[in-house]
Amino acid sequence: MDLDLEFAPRDAAAHPPALAPIYRSTLLRAPRQPLLSLRSTLTEITGPIFGESELDPIDADLTRNHARDGDPIGERITLHGRVLDGDARAVPGVLVEIWQANAGGRYRHTNDSFTAAIDPNFGGCGRVITDAEGRYRFRTIRPGPYPFPNRENDWRPAHIHYSVFGQGFSQRLITQSYFEGDPLIARDAILGTMPDVAARQRLVATLDMEASAPFEALAWRFDIVLRGRGASRFESVA
Amino acid sequence: MSKLPETPSQTAGPYVHIGLIPRQAGFDIFENNLGAAMLTPETKGERIRIEGRIFDGADALVRDALVEIWQADAGGRFAHPADRQNGPPPDPHFRGWGRSGTDFATGVWGFDTIKPGRVGPMAPHASLWIVARGINTGLATRVYFADEDAANAEDPVLRMVEPARRFTLIAPRALRGGIPVYSFDIRLQGDGETVFLDV
Ligand SMILES: [Fe+3]
Repeated sequence: MDLDLEFAPRDAAAHPPALAPIYRSTLLRAPRQPLLSLRSTLTEITGPIFGESELDPIDADLTRNHARDGDPIGERITLHGRVLDGDARAVPGVLVEIWQANAGGRYRHTNDSFTAAIDPNFGGCGRVITDAEGRYRFRTIRPGPYPFPNRENDWRPAHIHYSVFGQGFSQRLITQSYFEGDPLIARDAILGTMPDVAARQRLVATLDMEASAPFEALAWRFDIVLRGRGASRFESVA
Repeated sequence: MSKLPETPSQTAGPYVHIGLIPRQAGFDIFENNLGAAMLTPETKGERIRIEGRIFDGADALVRDALVEIWQADAGGRFAHPADRQNGPPPDPHFRGWGRSGTDFATGVWGFDTIKPGRVGPMAPHASLWIVARGINTGLATRVYFADEDAANAEDPVLRMVEPARRFTLIAPRALRGGIPVYSFDIRLQGDGETVFLDV
């Protein structure tokens, strides 16, 4: 195995623990045995590659990609940032997918029964491939908060779900971004699974006036850092 | 040492389908549903199906999960530049990746794929990655094939697993309509807990 292709071990302290009673759903779904650590093999340093030709440019515009007879309700925003690795290198050419609730906090999903209305002109998902500098950009609407069954009265702060492919399958990441200044952030049970306040802060998108379009849309910036490359503390297996 | 701290993982939540397999969420939005089909008629290799269910610590079916698969082609090559193995090039008709949601009613996920070849010293295998509500960081595991006894015995990853738990990574084979089906049930917690990998 070429050392330059390996990924650094995941920094466990940067991520929420599998078992976190404050988030009830983890109680029966968190493995109780420790994960088996192994040095990346060829299976992990490789991963699927997606081409621009597989996507439609409108896929990245959630204000238009499911519009039927008008515009979606809500505050239009630009959501952008860079995908980087732990060594601060851009991660170009990787698929970034997002999904979210509409302005009322309702998901277009057969299993969502929240009383807020479905927006006929909003699907709630988008995707894009990062450019040569690792940049991605979506146009969407700001999602609303929504309640979820957990503790007595739990509400999710407004958030966007992200799925990111790195250059190898072991960089695969699903995460969420929040909006700077939302008072629900401090009360959120899902963010509350992370004891490290600095780690929570890394999930908060910041208002980016410079990238906002006057009289059109505010911009929010969210950079995503995947594992870096580099020496591993584990024994080679392949 | 890394210069930038990693972005923390967060649960995919109960509505992961919207973003990654929107048709299962109940609507059709993209022309190209990535990961829905792994094969074309030109793909080389033995057609197989890998399928299973996911159980939680109370032995209940997990019906809202998403599973991704990543595997080598029939010749043991990955469609990726980091695969610098010698030999014939990777099959241009096989990306080696797919996505499947557990069925909301039956809890079954599954992939119609091809049997991967051996990769170096490793036995034929496929990587699985599982995300769902209640899973804070995606869980990685591997499927090995029960009809590959000799190769499995030499596999460096399987050999790291304590013998009593190896069975959790090996899928038995049965024929259904002439197609080999490998059954791979995943147990998130408790008796027979699947071995998950930190890779
Ligand atoms: Fe959500």
